[in-house]
Amino acid sequence: MDYVIEMLNITKEFPGVIANDDVTLRLKRGEIHALLGENGAGKSTLMSVLFGLYQPDKGIIKKDGKPVRINNPNDANALGIGMVHQHFKLVHNFTVLQNIILGVEETKNGFLRMDAARKKVLELSDRYGLKVDPDALISDITVGMQQRVEILKMLFRDNEILIFDEPTAVLTPQEIDELMKIMKELSKEGKSILFITHKLNEIKQVADRVTVLRKGRCIGTVNVADVTKEQMSEMMVGRKISFTVEKGEQHLGAPALQVKNLCVAGRSKHKDAVRNVSFTVNRGEIVCIAGIDGNGQSELVYALSGLMPVKSGTIELNGKDITHAAIRARNDMGMSHIPEDRHRDGLVLDYNLAENLVLKRYHTRDFQKSGFLRFKKIYSYADRLIKMYDIRSGQGANTVVRSMSGGNQQKAIIAREIDLDPEILLAVQPTRGLDVGAIEYIHKQLVAQRDAGKAVLLVSLELDEVMELSDRILVMYEGEIVADLDPKTVTVQELGLYMAGSKREAVQ
Amino acid sequence: MKTFRKLMNAKGHVSAASSIMAILAGLLVGLIILLVSNSEQAFKGIVTILEGGFGGGMKGVGQVLYFATPIIMTGLSVGFANKTGLFNIGTPGQFIVGAFAAVYVGVKWTFLPAPFHWFVALLCATLAGGLWALISGLFKAFLNVNEVISTIMMNYIGMYAVNYLVKQNIYDPLTSLSQNVAGSAVLPKAGLDKIFTNYSGVNSTPDPSTVNCGIFIAIAVAIVVYIILEKTAFGYELKACGYNRFAARYAGIDEKRSIVLSMVIAGMLAGLGGGLLYLSGGNGRRIKVVDVLAAEGFNGIPVSLLGMSNPIGIVFSGLFISYITQGGNYLQRLNYMPEVIDIIIASIIYCSALALIFRWVVLKLFKGRDALLGRIFPKYAAAGAEEEELSASAAVTETDLSAGESGEGLVPPEVQDVAGEASEPEGSPLQKEDEANARDGQEADQNAEKEDE
Repeated sequence: MDYVIEMLNITKEFPGVIANDDVTLRLKRGEIHALLGENGAGKSTLMSVLFGLYQPDKGIIKKDGKPVRINNPNDANALGIGMVHQHFKLVHNFTVLQNIILGVEETKNGFLRMDAARKKVLELSDRYGLKVDPDALISDITVGMQQRVEILKMLFRDNEILIFDEPTAVLTPQEIDELMKIMKELSKEGKSILFITHKLNEIKQVADRVTVLRKGRCIGTVNVADVTKEQMSEMMVGRKISFTVEKGEQHLGAPALQVKNLCVAGRSKHKDAVRNVSFTVNRGEIVCIAGIDGNGQSELVYALSGLMPVKSGTIELNGKDITHAAIRARNDMGMSHIPEDRHRDGLVLDYNLAENLVLKRYHTRDFQKSGFLRFKKIYSYADRLIKMYDIRSGQGANTVVRSMSGGNQQKAIIAREIDLDPEILLAVQPTRGLDVGAIEYIHKQLVAQRDAGKAVLLVSLELDEVMELSDRILVMYEGEIVADLDPKTVTVQELGLYMAGSKREAVQ
Repeated sequence: MKTFRKLMNAKGHVSAASSIMAILAGLLVGLIILLVSNSEQAFKGIVTILEGGFGGGMKGVGQVLYFATPIIMTGLSVGFANKTGLFNIGTPGQFIVGAFAAVYVGVKWTFLPAPFHWFVALLCATLAGGLWALISGLFKAFLNVNEVISTIMMNYIGMYAVNYLVKQNIYDPLTSLSQNVAGSAVLPKAGLDKIFTNYSGVNSTPDPSTVNCGIFIAIAVAIVVYIILEKTAFGYELKACGYNRFAARYAGIDEKRSIVLSMVIAGMLAGLGGGLLYLSGGNGRRIKVVDVLAAEGFNGIPVSLLGMSNPIGIVFSGLFISYITQGGNYLQRLNYMPEVIDIIIASIIYCSALALIFRWVVLKLFKGRDALLGRIFPKYAAAGAEEEELSASAAVTETDLSAGESGEGLVPPEVQDVAGEASEPEGSPLQKEDEANARDGQEADQNAEKEDE
């Protein structure tokens, strides 16, 4: 068999943790090979071993059948192994071209020679349909484009084996489609691709074979065509995952949140980000705001939670006007908010878990007495939430949140926000970047809130999630609500038309 | 070596060890300078520096305490701001403004009853320093003006304004200094002058030190700062703002208010430092009317860095720098030029300020990769400690450790960069470790599952 890379019986142990336990991965020439596993299954460790960032404790790596030793990323590069990291390694105030040649610059008498490089970049860009402008500044181009620059960097170095570390986590649905096309194009040209992911749809779409890791162990390698999504997820999680969410019977209550003629200023002065939006969220329902990213959803939620000023219109919570209320007042009145950017808004990463869990309640009588924090109460409260919401971390309540996995960070936010016992829960893309197990869990929590008679406003970009969870769908397009739909009667295709702006209905 | 390694285990020890290494490196540079400028006396010279205040008998020790007081205060100012996410480089301005307020009150407000005079003077110094920093705080909070720039500007405004005001109001043309403060405005000696006095001559003429109760005030303030930062809800808010302004806002903390208050408190600490230094009576300091920023202000930065921004650490680092400086002064007995002395002191302080980098070196040298991870992910510190235990009994893990020391490849490139850029060493976490770390919690499940299968 023509294997370009073989990683045989790799074991990598960190103190207290076996990250990879006897894992074998074989990559065929010209195939797209997916590496599937939950957060923390050891995918990234395995790839870091291949890329020379770690040395395996046991096992060997073969390139074209010959054993090799990869001590650092330079060795990997020399063997033709390239990697697109999840967080791109680009210099933001350099141009695309400057980034691509960084480290392999050609010079003459100390001066840069860019002409040959420019030609090669344009040629590659053309050949794989990347459409990259070599003179654009990285800071000016979209995340999707930045990723293509990373791909070009690998191609420019004539890498044969391309590793993509969760490449779709940062992309919009359209960008994901284009990335998939590019990946297929690359494999057609004989490049071998290793594709780290926990998204089953993407694997079905592009991958030829898939290797599944669970808790550091290799569960098996299968042909993607031979298995269903359900089988793959079972291999990944180790139990059956329900893709459908059980919802109880709906008991609609009084309006919790009423928004009237809301306008929010946008980044550019002449166009508002949210334009004349009116809607109501009642107790006992999940209202979902669907739409393509950047159509004013973020600004709407920021205005509701008080993080952004309202230009005109009113917001009422339980009948009380909160249009200009302070953020703390809103919190205390029963508004919870699972923010879009959990690292920027949701957590103080350098505080420990307990300190983060009381972020919105440290000022209450329960946790402070005449100005002094009551650490005993804080820690026992944190321990309770950790147990209840199954937040996993190295040192329990004392763990610095920065060191926790993304899924558990999100669980911590959800625990904090739900435990506030809110009247209305604003949840913005609560499952972004999480694996199926965590997604299932979060969906259950949201539905539990609804079933308990609370109001939930969910903003999501994932159509599946929108269709699955919501009782009502509001579609946002260019800052306006263009449709108020019932998920039971509307089809995904129709929803897509509303989201793209080619169809709209009169909303009261 | 093994015992030394063991010592290195606890986080605090690593901090202390890196500070000590920084100091040793500074002393080495000092020795080289001594050798170059006057090689015959070099060895004696370094001993003199190390002797510090003891070189001047009990008075010398008193002087160490006296000069430590202001730099502890400015160190607390810088450290407090740093913990709350601000870089207060405006300590010279806040310090001198506070000093002026104290001296002005000390000279002019003689109508105050004696027991309150010095106290009111200190209070005014504190308020003046706070007011001076308030301006920068407001600029930062409401106009997003970087506090580094605005505080530097305020340093010069403060210095020239004080020079002008001293000349106008409290100038002593004979000495070209500010006038002596009234006796009631001098800080109580609290018996310290009795202890820290040299007696000389046949009649045992006392030659007392300038030290007064200021050092006690500084230490008390350090403890208060520590309590505010670590124990109160107010400190929690300020630190939250410092770590992540956005998350603090999201949580309902008024981040503008927090920024202003952080800055004001930092300014108050520096201003109080000015008061404590200048309310010291006849043989103490008086304000010089020269166009130079107060050195005590800038010295707060290395003091704070050396103390790792920890209020209690700052007390010790302030004492240390004062001690070394005092030793440097006695170098003049060995016919060293005062300039050479300044260079040596500066290089020691300079190396001390690099403590952060030495911290990294310490971790790298003695604990290898796992310790480095431990600093970023505390879980590893614990795991590393276990490993150390093992290595003491069995030599098996010894090889792992040495691999960790030499194997560059084990440390991802982001971490290796830290020494070079020192920009936010913790800001670039190893994503790779994230998941391995998180898995730890799942171990129990794993075992349970093994049985299932």
